[in-house]
Amino acid sequence: MSRTHSRADFPSVEGMLNVESVSRSFGDRAVLRDVTFPVGSGKLTGFVGANGAGKTTTMRIILGVLAADSGEVTLEGRPLTREIRQRFGYMPEERGLYPKMTVHDQVVYLGRLHGLSSSAAEDRTTKLLERLGLGERAGEKLEKLSLGNQQRAQVAAALVHDPEVLVLDEPFSGLDPIAVETMVDVLRDRASSGVPVLFSSHQLELVERLCDDLVIIADGSIRAAGDRNALRAQHALPRYQLVVDTDAGWLRDQPGVTLLDLEGPRAVFDLDPGSDDQKVLLAALERGPVRSFGPVVPSLTEIFREVVR
Amino acid sequence: MSTYAAAKVVAAREIRVKLRDKTFIFSTVFFLLFAIAVTVLPVLFSGGATTVAVADQATATRLQQQEDLEVRVVASDAAAEQLVRDGDVDAAVVSGPEVIAMSDRPGDVVNALSTQPPVRLLDVDAVDPFLAYIVPFALAFVFFFTSFLFGLQIAQSVTEEKQTRIVEILVASVPTRALLAGKVAALTLLAFAQVALIAIVTLIGARLAGLDRGVLHLLQPTIGWFVAFFLIGFVMLAALWAGVGALASRPEDLNSSSQPVQMAVMLPFFAVIFFGENDLAMRVFSYIPFSAPTAMPTRIFNGDAALWEPFVSLGIMAVTAAALLAVGARVYEGSLLRTNGKTSWATAWRSRTTV
Repeated sequence: MSRTHSRADFPSVEGMLNVESVSRSFGDRAVLRDVTFPVGSGKLTGFVGANGAGKTTTMRIILGVLAADSGEVTLEGRPLTREIRQRFGYMPEERGLYPKMTVHDQVVYLGRLHGLSSSAAEDRTTKLLERLGLGERAGEKLEKLSLGNQQRAQVAAALVHDPEVLVLDEPFSGLDPIAVETMVDVLRDRASSGVPVLFSSHQLELVERLCDDLVIIADGSIRAAGDRNALRAQHALPRYQLVVDTDAGWLRDQPGVTLLDLEGPRAVFDLDPGSDDQKVLLAALERGPVRSFGPVVPSLTEIFREVVR
Repeated sequence: MSTYAAAKVVAAREIRVKLRDKTFIFSTVFFLLFAIAVTVLPVLFSGGATTVAVADQATATRLQQQEDLEVRVVASDAAAEQLVRDGDVDAAVVSGPEVIAMSDRPGDVVNALSTQPPVRLLDVDAVDPFLAYIVPFALAFVFFFTSFLFGLQIAQSVTEEKQTRIVEILVASVPTRALLAGKVAALTLLAFAQVALIAIVTLIGARLAGLDRGVLHLLQPTIGWFVAFFLIGFVMLAALWAGVGALASRPEDLNSSSQPVQMAVMLPFFAVIFFGENDLAMRVFSYIPFSAPTAMPTRIFNGDAALWEPFVSLGIMAVTAAALLAVGARVYEGSLLRTNGKTSWATAWRSRTTV
């Protein structure tokens, strides 16, 4: 089943940052095939895919850490250059800072590498560490910090230069629940100031809760991309759930209904194309009170399973 | 930000970190002590005038003409001998004339009393055998250790960035060339500063210790050239050190991945130590870029090198340095982001992954 999308599949979502027909191979192995998707300004875009699907490679290409074999990445229509990328913030999947340098010093250093002046880097580092709750630890060596605080230092390293685009590879992996909430706040805060934020994650529930847009990748090609709710609607099956007071077994005999699951008064069923859901509801009401009736909206996990199949 | 500006920021960090590093402080102090020891100690040991007790006034007058003898005139031969026995003087001259000492033959006293035939030297530049031995050794030693220590620190600093994974953030922020250039520049500057400091201390030490004027005359150009050769010689290998640092992804791999560069530093060191006396070998070594930093200054010290020779040798080194910088940079860029185990030279050479 080929579900490779071309740009024409989602013409309405033209992002601020656009990945356009990017392909990349390592040796004989094609890792990315004609990858195209937008990352909207001021939106949280979740990037989902199995291990080895091509998420990290895509992100590295956006950051210029890897070169694309073909295709390009643009910001507001302009191809990315070293100067533009310097204003990006990046958190790689494999985290790391200098263990023997103080938190303050290395955040300043990374700020300077992103083009900040010495005084601006000092200034922003102090403020940022304060905001992330690391103000008192700023003068300590990184290796002396707890794991949670090291993660915060890593966030500070990605944000110190007030990036115009934020790309985070698995920002939630290894975080404790409190740190996850801090990270969520940081991402929302960045996005609300108009920054396009792209992040990958294995935690589909978290992505579902958090993101505005979704990009699903499998085997190096994009299987779905776009607004989360639109994707849900697009992938919604003609599936319904009905809850009545008595046994709902009578649904079996209803025309156009394929019963999937029945637990006494609760039933989940699919409707054949062309069948009217309201007729089923009327039939149920004739037999007694209806407690609940409605379409089953697919969860991200279900959409994911379906599109990568 | 330009590559140059980025390299400066990288270099500034490296220098700040190294100045707080114990290895750096220790090696600097160690070499300074070494330099002082080499120049000052021989003078101290050989120096110290020989004290001699004499009863006879005529002999005393004759001995007093010698600068390095301290003469004590005593009442009798017996008194002179007693002073020797008490250890108050090194030697005594009693009637005969006879020279008395405890266990060492006081050569300078004997010489002062002897009639010596006139000597005509044909090769006035010929250097004191002790210095002829110690100077090449000291040059080789300083070059070997400084080049090795600082080179290894370039490699270690690269490996550290790979191991801690910060390298990906760095590469996403600045060009890899800037990272490489910053590191090489910082460590070259520090190594050069250390060698220059040693050179200055050696020259001052030699002057204070009252080293022979003729030797100083030879030592000055030798050390001057050595500093220049050191600079080019270090830069020549610096990028290779960075390259082998990037081939390793853990400090444990560094020893094996840096083997070829270690050899390039070690073999010339032993070659110059073992063949220091062989003129032909030294002539050849002084043109091979890896051994030239030690061999050419040694030949200059021995007065064997023509005026143009160090220039030609430096030129050869500069060309080699340019080629090896390119090789090192390519290996560095090709392996920097390969964090899974050791990267082979061939793989690193072929893959240029970054933008």
